Amino acid sequence: MQPTHTAQRYIPRMLAILFVTLLAAFTMATFSVSSAHADEVGTEYDFTLSGNVKFNGEALDGVAIAVDGNGYTADTVTDAEGKWAIGVPEKGTYEVTLDEETLPKGVVVAKGGNVIDTEFGLTDRKSVNFFLGEGTRNTVSFFDQFVNRFVNGLNFGLLLALAAIGVSLIFGTTGLSNFAHAEMITFGALMTLVFSVNLGLPIWLAILIAIALSGMLGYGLDAVLWKPLRRKGVAVIPLMIVSIGLSLALRYLYQYFFGGSTSQLPGAGMTDIKFGPISLSPIDMASMGISVVVLLGVAYFLLRTRIGKATRAVSDNPSLASASGIDVDGVIRIVWVVGAALAGLSGVLWAYFRPGVSWDMGFQMLLLVFAAVTLGGLGTAFGALIGSIVVGLFVELSTLWIPSDMKYVGALVVLILVLLFRPQGILGRKERIG
Amino acid sequence: MDWGAIFSNAAVELISPTTAAYALAALGLAVHFGYTGLLNFGQAGFMALGAYGYAISILTFGFPVWGAFLVGVGASVVFALILGIPTLRLRADYLAIVTIAAAEIVRLLFTTNTFASVTGSANGLSGYKNEFAALNPLAEGSYGFGPFENNAYDTWLRIVAWSIVILAALLVWQVMRSPWGRVIKGIREDEDAVRALGKNVYAYKMQSLIFGGVLGTIAGMIFALPRAVVPSNYQTTLTFFIYAILLLGGAATVLGPIIGSMIFWVLLSFFSGFVARAVEAGWLPFMTAIQGGQLRFILVGVAIMLIVIFRPQGIFGNKKELAFVR
Amino acid sequence: MSANAGPQGSPAPLEPPVPTQKPIKTTGLHIGEAEPGCAKVDPILVVDNVRRTFGGLTAVDVAHVEVPRGAITALIGPNGAGKTTLFNLLTGFDKPDDGKWTFDGRSLAGVPAYRVARMGQIRTFQLTKALGLLTVMDNMLLGAKGQTGENMFRALMPFLWRNQEEENRAKALDLLTRFKLDTKKDDYAASLSGGQRKLLEMARALMSDPTLVMLDEPMAGVNPALTQSLLDHILNLKSQGMTVLFVEHDMHMVRHIADWVIVMAEGKVVAEGDPHEVMKNPAVIDAYLGQHHDEDIGEDLGAETENVSAIKELLDDER
Repeated sequence: MQPTHTAQRYIPRMLAILFVTLLAAFTMATFSVSSAHADEVGTEYDFTLSGNVKFNGEALDGVAIAVDGNGYTADTVTDAEGKWAIGVPEKGTYEVTLDEETLPKGVVVAKGGNVIDTEFGLTDRKSVNFFLGEGTRNTVSFFDQFVNRFVNGLNFGLLLALAAIGVSLIFGTTGLSNFAHAEMITFGALMTLVFSVNLGLPIWLAILIAIALSGMLGYGLDAVLWKPLRRKGVAVIPLMIVSIGLSLALRYLYQYFFGGSTSQLPGAGMTDIKFGPISLSPIDMASMGISVVVLLGVAYFLLRTRIGKATRAVSDNPSLASASGIDVDGVIRIVWVVGAALAGLSGVLWAYFRPGVSWDMGFQMLLLVFAAVTLGGLGTAFGALIGSIVVGLFVELSTLWIPSDMKYVGALVVLILVLLFRPQGILGRKERIG
Repeated sequence: MDWGAIFSNAAVELISPTTAAYALAALGLAVHFGYTGLLNFGQAGFMALGAYGYAISILTFGFPVWGAFLVGVGASVVFALILGIPTLRLRADYLAIVTIAAAEIVRLLFTTNTFASVTGSANGLSGYKNEFAALNPLAEGSYGFGPFENNAYDTWLRIVAWSIVILAALLVWQVMRSPWGRVIKGIREDEDAVRALGKNVYAYKMQSLIFGGVLGTIAGMIFALPRAVVPSNYQTTLTFFIYAILLLGGAATVLGPIIGSMIFWVLLSFFSGFVARAVEAGWLPFMTAIQGGQLRFILVGVAIMLIVIFRPQGIFGNKKELAFVR
Repeated sequence: MSANAGPQGSPAPLEPPVPTQKPIKTTGLHIGEAEPGCAKVDPILVVDNVRRTFGGLTAVDVAHVEVPRGAITALIGPNGAGKTTLFNLLTGFDKPDDGKWTFDGRSLAGVPAYRVARMGQIRTFQLTKALGLLTVMDNMLLGAKGQTGENMFRALMPFLWRNQEEENRAKALDLLTRFKLDTKKDDYAASLSGGQRKLLEMARALMSDPTLVMLDEPMAGVNPALTQSLLDHILNLKSQGMTVLFVEHDMHMVRHIADWVIVMAEGKVVAEGDPHEVMKNPAVIDAYLGQHHDEDIGEDLGAETENVSAIKELLDDER
């Protein structure tokens, strides 16, 4: 995403710097604020954050890096080889900030912003790298920013929709608000990582395998867990709590096996291509294209195929559908497979959008997925699509006015406001609400 | 292997202020979920308001302890009203989504750099304990025995925390056996039936939301006193843990949340201690110490699923009064 | 034949049950011809132009109807006629698109359900709403009006409400004895049989001394033996000075106890009158015969209008 440095974003930065400075003074930390040479800061500690700042293979000297977290702050600048390292007192989560003001002219942080939250994995060293790209700062007009954010928001909304339709169909057919959908999203991204990076398969094949495995995960979850629970007659609310337990267990299982670090899929951080005011990477374009094609496919499935119609009938009224001879269990099984496969694909695209694959990436997105589904009207697949695009656009566009670390706040506030004035959601039918 | 240390570390959790805080928060959820049938997934938000309300009142505004307490409680009443007005008329799952969203909004507002001068952003706040410590009537020294031996401040904190928990438990017990509690339990069973009998269901649900929310807020203050206030402590996972405790003890019971919290923390501490030392001793060669730490979260998740499926009434719940919202 | 199809698939008795006592019929209730919407001598409930649509389907469209005071009025009609929907509208459980109605001269349009109940118009539900995890006694106590202890703060001070609670308890026990449920008072309501739950719901409604009791299919799903006692209880309500309005889709069931019958079909009032006269009305016979073909699917699936609209959508899909 093209960073934009307008006055609006500058103020929070100033506050943050002010605050960090104050905190530094308060804790009597004595770090040389403008160390010209690039020796390690905090060498007395066992754990080290480090990185390499390069642009087009050329090392960048004198780029300021700050680390903040667990009550500890430090900063340094890169050396002639573009390298930097900061020692930290304990393992944990740190916020690493690259000061874009210190980058050479024409170079900006291209992807993921200039602030990265990072967490130590199994080792005592953790490398943090920023994606640099060509770009200019302070010159983007409001309109250009708006258009750019709009396109980004559309991209985000479309990938949200892939996950949201699954949530919505599962809710419609089984009444379950599936919290474990988050982990189905993460699953797709993790499997892509395993097959592309660890096993060296081409990325397109890795993605296809990941989606297939996601579908199988959905099938497996339905067969092993949800179907027996439905048979047992477990009510909707206990089911939802079971899904919360499942979500928790799976999420930490991922962390158990993959650690707490963030990894990149192949091709992440490609240089943006400019189309007038819009700058998009080839990945962004592919992501949007894939989303649109898949969503059209889902629409065709729901509207034109017999199984799709049956799915909507079950979603509308399960007992009636069952009375009219529809195989409700079969439909629900298909919904789980399709929903999980869509979630897996959504996870892959989310991994490119954020960017990065991490154990809790799905959970970070889950609430926005729920917001999208609720906005559109619980249980209506097309409502979920519209809700997702509204949420995606809102999240991205709101950063024009509010600090980007509050961009999710706006979307969630809108969710509450919509419920206040149109409780059935955008497409929901009024009489469905008790 | 040092079994003594493992057991004594686990025993410490039995009466630790954190256990008390979780017990109180779970008691609040029992009022919401167990007795009224309200799906509040924003208990972490109520706790955050308590912790921040208290800390900010003291650090930024220099309020006395009672003033800071009232600010926290007031904030949570307002929060409950904001949550309840749009959602209490709607289906139960809407409240779930709105509360979880609202709790995240609260956390993100406390995390953002925009208000760092007041909230301390991601680093949170500390240094607000002196006012509470100044109220300590105990002389300097050491109190208690064995694993329960603490200095004067920690003992004072434990006394206050558990007194509040006991007081709250008595309050919930009394109010739930009154006609008010009868209406509340009726709403859990079928709110239309209660409405047809002339009760203002909306008002009762709102009262319940505020009551349980205030308990959660006070829990947030107790939770903040032994440590710093850090926004990442108030993630949705915190709410899920409190649900785990509530389900463990029994959703519609007064003692359940308290005993549930004790069992939860003692077992968790015992388990982490055991795994950590087992890894050290090389008993679990396939596991690192960090993985051992993550194992317990996996187990909490699995435990939630198993309890809901196989013993939905919890440890203290009556099988007949399968007090579970349907 | 068509009208005799029992609800919930229970076999309909060959002879409709009759109350054990000989009912005393109230007559001379209406003014002028007994036609749809005719005026009553002393109406307790007056409905004007109440309309409710679901999507494109009009569930209720009642131009004018009056319910006589101090009598037992039956609201009958085939499945999908909009009886329950009208009930929900009149009691504040649903909001009409349009229309107004008064109870005892006070307008009820826009009044929430709980206030309607407090005014003395108490209803029961087609699918019984006994509060399963409360004891039978607690169910009864919940019905009492104006309880001091139902205020959250006063609830903390038992001395404020203990006496009132004892009075309510005595009254509840008295009612339970009348309904032959006194031996069950400490059991969970969930342990009662379907018929006993109907009785409990009716007894609970009486705890508030209502002026108008509205019963939604009180006989549905109740075995014939209990049906008789239910009919007796409904007659007793009248003898105690209460007005009764009850929904029933089996027109033979109402003949013995109803003083007045209002017939609905397709959301409208199609006929009114004395039970014996109204049965001969061709409009009523039409209404019952005409609906037969779509009755089978809709039977067990809860609210009728939703089913009809859902089925229509499904059929549209298949086309």
